[in-house]
Amino acid sequence: MTAYARRAWIVLWKDLLAERRSKENVNALLFFSILLLLLFEFALGPDRERLRAAMPGLLWLGFILAGLLGLGRSFMIERANDCWEGLRLAPGDKSAIYLGKLAGNIVLMTAVELVLIALFGFFYEVDLGPVAGPLAVVLVLGTIGLAAVGTLFAAMTAQVRARELLFPVLLLPVQVPLLLATVSLTQAVLSGQPLFESRHWLQLLAVADLVYVVIGLLTFEFILDA
Amino acid sequence: MSARRVLGWLAVIAVIAGLGAGFGLAPREEVQGNVQRIMYIHVPSVLTAYLAFGLVFLGSAGYLLTKRPGWDRLAAAAAEIGVLFTGVFIASGSIWGRPTWGVWWTWDARLTSTAVLFLVYLGYLLLRGMVEEPDARARYAAVVGILGAVNIPIVHFSVYWWRALHQPATILTPGKAPLSSALALPLAVNWVAFTLLFAYFLARRMEIARLEDEGA
Repeated sequence: MTAYARRAWIVLWKDLLAERRSKENVNALLFFSILLLLLFEFALGPDRERLRAAMPGLLWLGFILAGLLGLGRSFMIERANDCWEGLRLAPGDKSAIYLGKLAGNIVLMTAVELVLIALFGFFYEVDLGPVAGPLAVVLVLGTIGLAAVGTLFAAMTAQVRARELLFPVLLLPVQVPLLLATVSLTQAVLSGQPLFESRHWLQLLAVADLVYVVIGLLTFEFILDA
Repeated sequence: MSARRVLGWLAVIAVIAGLGAGFGLAPREEVQGNVQRIMYIHVPSVLTAYLAFGLVFLGSAGYLLTKRPGWDRLAAAAAEIGVLFTGVFIASGSIWGRPTWGVWWTWDARLTSTAVLFLVYLGYLLLRGMVEEPDARARYAAVVGILGAVNIPIVHFSVYWWRALHQPATILTPGKAPLSSALALPLAVNWVAFTLLFAYFLARRMEIARLEDEGA
């Protein structure tokens, strides 16, 4: 294993270990997701057909809202005990830290999303078994993009006053293409269309993911600098 | 007279010429009537906005590579003016849409993608307002400026496909009016006028920012 990959892995492992021991983020995010599900139900009424039609949008809105909370916190842990200094003093390319943080955020977001999807399927009586494969593809691509920009902006806003306000205000407009693509794809998948028919959306998602991750890798060192 | 003053007066003359061309020289459009004349503001403003966001990208990349504050001032000034012209584009599109489509706002692909850009760069300006330390402000803003610019084509395609899914593309959009040479010439005059105006605003705003930096 090269030194670069090892450094990224260490950051990831540290974050996962801290999360496993405290379970701070996962527990709160799961609770928040269940709350969202209830709120959507109350806002739209009990009409099952209507809820089912709105499900792709609600699902991704839920992921993004959970992401705002979860990703926004991902660098708060570094502010205690001078951890930030430690990251800055770490030797080598700083983008390895970004990669590790990004991987940790993807793991966290995926865990929350899987539970949320299962709950949606259960409450709205949608059989997700047959579409699990294509849905997973959309989920992975969407989560990478969301986490890539989210991790970058979270590192930035962690050092700014009015962090809670600035993080969503910066992240949400940039994520509009991702939301449009993932909602369209989820709609197509849930209505039983093969993914191949919406391949232009898949291509857009893949390109967006690539662009966001590359920009994150290139610019992270400028954000870590203080 | 300083070069900036010359630029300013050139912009004034060009804007007057543009108004004259748009309201006098240009013929009344047959289908839409006088409403179509708003195109002479609408189209140049969006072209200028894209030029501005391109300069935000350039200034942002320049700052991260060289750490010279001049690049940051370029990005900041261009972002402010770009947001202004994006606002003009959205407002004029809305005013045009009311008599033409019968609604103030429609999720037309071009209006929507520009509205998204408007929000991205408003966020950029908000960020600048919330970070006091000049170097950190410049670095953070540069990252957002680069991401925002690279995101423009992604936003464009996603919004375009999203509209194509829900309703057929609108035939009548401000920019798509049949362009005969009688309409194209006034449009070109206005485009030059807006670009000159932008250049003058940019020079002015960067100068103010430089004085602010020196005073601080």
